[in-house]
Amino acid sequence: MQNLRYLDGVSTLKLSQKLCVGCGLCIEVCPHGVFVLDEHKAHIQDLDGCMECGACVNNCPTSAISVTPGVG
Amino acid sequence: MTALMSQMPEQLEELSSSTDFTLSTKSVKILSSMPDNGGSYYSNLKLQPLETHEKAGYQLCSHVEDFIFTKAGTVPKIKTQLSRDDIFSTIMVRCGIGRNNYRVAPGLYGVGEPGRTSEVLVTANFKLSFDHLRQELKGINVWILVLDTRGVNVWCAAGKGTFSTSELVHRIESTGLNLVVDHKRVIVPQLGATGVSARLVQERCGFRVVFGPIRSRDMVEFLQNRRRVTPGMRQITFTLAERFVLTPVEIRIAAKSVFIMALALVFISGIGPQIFSLEQAWNKGRTGIVMILTGVLSGTVVTPVLLPWLPFRQFAAKGIVSGSVLAATLLFFLPLTQGGIKGSMALFLFSVAISSYFAMGFTGATPFTSPSGVEKEMKRFIPIQAILMLISMVLWIYSSF
Ligand code: SF4
Ligand code: SF4
Repeated sequence: MQNLRYLDGVSTLKLSQKLCVGCGLCIEVCPHGVFVLDEHKAHIQDLDGCMECGACVNNCPTSAISVTPGVG
Repeated sequence: MTALMSQMPEQLEELSSSTDFTLSTKSVKILSSMPDNGGSYYSNLKLQPLETHEKAGYQLCSHVEDFIFTKAGTVPKIKTQLSRDDIFSTIMVRCGIGRNNYRVAPGLYGVGEPGRTSEVLVTANFKLSFDHLRQELKGINVWILVLDTRGVNVWCAAGKGTFSTSELVHRIESTGLNLVVDHKRVIVPQLGATGVSARLVQERCGFRVVFGPIRSRDMVEFLQNRRRVTPGMRQITFTLAERFVLTPVEIRIAAKSVFIMALALVFISGIGPQIFSLEQAWNKGRTGIVMILTGVLSGTVVTPVLLPWLPFRQFAAKGIVSGSVLAATLLFFLPLTQGGIKGSMALFLFSVAISSYFAMGFTGATPFTSPSGVEKEMKRFIPIQAILMLISMVLWIYSSF
């Protein structure tokens, strides 16, 4: 999807590294490759690729991720 | 003759119950006094196993080729080849005709000769999703668990909450899946992850969710790869073909407002020095309708198809670009306008505003636009589109004087 990008700086995706246990599930479910795993922690590598679908939020075991489309 | 006919069912049963019967012309001879349609009896005999599943008031689905007996009851075995009817219906649905009713019954289905160790693939009960999946499963043995998503595809249903943790758990339990397979594993398409929480499914019914590839065509490779995805399978695409098949439905969505706009425009076109002229309404209105159609085509087809190549990120802006090019070309080459330069200007702006509006609508159909982004885009562009409309209408009326 490198040739199709939507607006930058709008995604409400947030990741709390403190809560992350590095299970990698968010990486598995994200259809836009937004996360990478580094030293047993997930990192957001491409915030602007996020379409706020909530798949990662729905599957993170420790509620380390949030998206809040429509708020603010 | 009547006597012969009443004998027939018995004769046929006899024939089919002996396994090694041969259907020569000899055995059909009992029907010699019947019209010459022996061939149809032959095909009746072939269908016999399915006929035993007939039930008054029900009709067998054309995608079912047999039934499989399991501890949880009989499970329909489905074809991996689409019939001509399936393909015809696919085209109709893609064109937005009868889209709301194209569904299959939720529940468990089988492909090939599935057994107690075969994988279970989960999908939605939108018939296109179901067809899409089954035609990719040629030559393998799997179960398919169809969730009730009210006839909506996996991706949209997951967003709407019908392709969900609770529906999956409910369907696993109501079909008695644990009686059918020995393992405790279901494969859910990755795009279903928005609605399905693997952890909650396991907590509630003990089945482990494995997220499979996004596209059905990667399914066989995924299974052969011992349920491991290659990186490409995880990434969503939105190719030219994928965009193109969405356009007929966009046109259909637009059709209703086009009709209203056309009526309004014809009416406005009639306003002139003699207050209202029917002749002028028709003469000017005609050209106006052509420009409406141009704008709609630009917004619902040209912009979606050319999406990656049009400048700007906002769809509404892309729609302005493609709309401008199309409208300007049309106005340049065709002597459409009554009302001189003012009229041309009006029609140009009108067409561009329409194009921008419908292009913006396409943000709802893509797999990469975030709701926050769409909101931002709409806040900015709806006023712009409204102003363009207003200016064009004022110019259009003014051009009659
Ligand atoms: S919300 Fe969707 S697109 Fe965004 S990071 Fe999560 S899974 Fe990826
Ligand atoms: S799903 Fe949650 S816990 Fe697991 S890696 Fe991602 S952020 Fe960390």
